[in-house]
Amino acid sequence: MTLHTVNKSPFETNSLETCLRLVRSGHNVLLFEDGVYGASKGTRFEALLTEAMQSCKIHVLLPDFEARGMSIDSLISGIETVDYAGFVNLVTENERVQAWL
Amino acid sequence: MKLGIMVSEGPYQHQASDSAYNFTKAALEKGHEIFRVFFYHDGVNNATRLTVPPQDDRNVVNRWSELAKQYNLDLVVCIAAAQRRGLLDENEAKRNGKDANNIADGFRISGLGQLIEAGIQAERLVVFGD
Repeated sequence: MTLHTVNKSPFETNSLETCLRLVRSGHNVLLFEDGVYGASKGTRFEALLTEAMQSCKIHVLLPDFEARGMSIDSLISGIETVDYAGFVNLVTENERVQAWL
Repeated sequence: MKLGIMVSEGPYQHQASDSAYNFTKAALEKGHEIFRVFFYHDGVNNATRLTVPPQDDRNVVNRWSELAKQYNLDLVVCIAAAQRRGLLDENEAKRNGKDANNIADGFRISGLGQLIEAGIQAERLVVFGD
């Protein structure tokens, strides 16, 4: 399994869309830094993420999500929250890490 | 588990160095080994001891130095990226005829081979950048 890390807002670059297009079934995606904007409910990316979650898991780094003024209430349902310790676990539980810089 | 870290952005400009620091600290606290942190491109600016951020702000450089001291971390700065950006240790200052050096405690200057070695020796390489 691979952990894909996305640190850009989908409103800024297409790295999230590219990542979700290429991600394999059963892989993990972590949204952190400005990437957390993709995890917010009610945007035009919600359907894309909801569809992706049928075959892979999506996680969001909660400190970064909250630092941008959003709370768990505005998180797309199905996305799992992690703290930095959870980020470390994702790295060790997956065989490799691909940063979508 | 043995982890390698790469940082390719400078402090205060981008979150990469903060993310890398928080990740590295969390990994160490969980008992993992950090084989090396490699500072590349603008990431070399994390290693200057001449930064003086406001007292109520985090001190990104000192924070890395303190973590290195506490856990005996290997913080390596890419030599080519460092020379372009005016980041020198005593030897490099002398070798290039400069009148001062500015590398912070806990960092050392070396080559790109150190990043390759980290990629081979560490079980995971985690990249923080822009």
